[in-house]
Amino acid sequence: MNEFIINTLSLGSLYALIALGLVFVYGILKLVNFAYGEYIMTAGYGLFLLGTYTPLPWWSVMLLSVALAALMSYLTELIAFRPVRTKSLTAMLVTSFAVSVLLQNAALLFISPRSRAVQLPAAFNQSVALLGVTTPLRNLLTIGTTVALLVGLTLLMKYTVLGIAMRAASDKFSTTRLMGVPANLVISVAFIISGLLAGVVSVFWVGRSASVDPLIGFTPLLIAFIATVIGGMRSLVGAVAGGYVYGLLFNVLSITLPASVINYRDAFMFLIVILFLLLRPEGLIRGSYTEERVG
Amino acid sequence: MLTVNDLHASYGAIKALHGVSLEVEEGELVALLGTNGAGKSTTLKSISGVLRPLAGTVRFLGDEITGRKPEAIVKKGLSLVPEGRDIFGSLTVAENLRLGAFSSYERNRYQEDLEEQFALFPILKERFNQPGGQLSGGEQQQLAIARALMSRPKLLMLDEPSLGLSPALVDQIFALIETLRDRGTTILLVEQNAERALEIADRAYVLKNGLIKFSGTPQQLESELDLASVYFGGEEGMGEVTV
Repeated sequence: MNEFIINTLSLGSLYALIALGLVFVYGILKLVNFAYGEYIMTAGYGLFLLGTYTPLPWWSVMLLSVALAALMSYLTELIAFRPVRTKSLTAMLVTSFAVSVLLQNAALLFISPRSRAVQLPAAFNQSVALLGVTTPLRNLLTIGTTVALLVGLTLLMKYTVLGIAMRAASDKFSTTRLMGVPANLVISVAFIISGLLAGVVSVFWVGRSASVDPLIGFTPLLIAFIATVIGGMRSLVGAVAGGYVYGLLFNVLSITLPASVINYRDAFMFLIVILFLLLRPEGLIRGSYTEERVG
Repeated sequence: MLTVNDLHASYGAIKALHGVSLEVEEGELVALLGTNGAGKSTTLKSISGVLRPLAGTVRFLGDEITGRKPEAIVKKGLSLVPEGRDIFGSLTVAENLRLGAFSSYERNRYQEDLEEQFALFPILKERFNQPGGQLSGGEQQQLAIARALMSRPKLLMLDEPSLGLSPALVDQIFALIETLRDRGTTILLVEQNAERALEIADRAYVLKNGLIKFSGTPQQLESELDLASVYFGGEEGMGEVTV
């Protein structure tokens, strides 16, 4: 039982971070950013390149890789999304596809289509005993990092003017500008936070397979979609809740499904997603975001 | 203080303003009247930068601000209380007010400004930590005005502040606008409730179909123009008025 709890919390934490990064941008721009997975890929290649070709210690490789994902997210906002922001939402959506394809192909072309091994400190995969359970240290780190990030982000959103402005912007964007809050500021910050979360996700995601490839961002993007369908797209709390519930459902399915159908676990998962879409399309948490477009 | 010259604006293919010109002097309370769809809100949106005008100029305190970003225009001291109040429902009253002060925040002044709003709107002190969405319509309107005042505007633009309020609350809001005027705040007031607006305005403009049809004092307006004709269509009485 304890093992189940730790595994679920660890998986749920990772999924919560993945979903949160996507919803941070969605909340403000109403844009589902398909390039989100490529920020995760960027940090993954950061881990590979910096870890392989520089003598930097592992912790600085990780910090730099996370920063690299944030920078990539910010740059895509600046170069790709900002010029089309005042156009239609469709233009933004298509732009996000383009950015996604472009970054994937850049990795294919300039690095390699094959997956690259990422060296992570051995301690990362070491098993530790906790509450009578042996579990990889990575799982505990995932939970700890997620809790720290969630607390930090909550404080930021609740107690700083910037956070208040970002919550206001996700509610009524143009009214927020009438308060004197620069549109570019809140949007850039949303992309940077989204990128930071993608970077942190990448460390743990890559940590599971110890490798990175150009298509590594696809699965996390799918996870983010599923988690937001479950939890709700309209609030940060919904995204986090969705991530944890997804992790829980996934682990419950893994345990309860008979061995003969375990291979169809994803099919069962999608069945649950379809049920959510049919019965509670707004997700578990309704949230307060309006559908007002930013332009 | 504010000079709008030959302003044209549209929503997509639909032209809403066909050359609006108006002026607001420091210390004045100017009313901008007209029916639904006359272009009143569009005028305010174009002045405040929410809408980019097609042509024409807006000058404020000697600088041209035409087509600038709304956040830059607020910073210059021109604040809009949007139609429908538009408070942030999921944010507390305190957070709404804090955002109002975003453009002009100074630590020492902030508490002072808050106290000032509490004196004008005692209900906001009571509701300080409640979400804005839980406030009644009248309270939300007070919050919207207080939020705009937190930026210490040199010119306050109010878009239909009495809309959807009960008669008693309308009285309260108009009394408040008078108080603000008496304290020296320059105000551009957009209203459908023309009679009430004319009671307190120094000067008035009447908009019709995106054009200014009349400008002058409330007394002139009442003598030269049959108010009903402005509001219930009919070109009688409008034709002979020259702007």
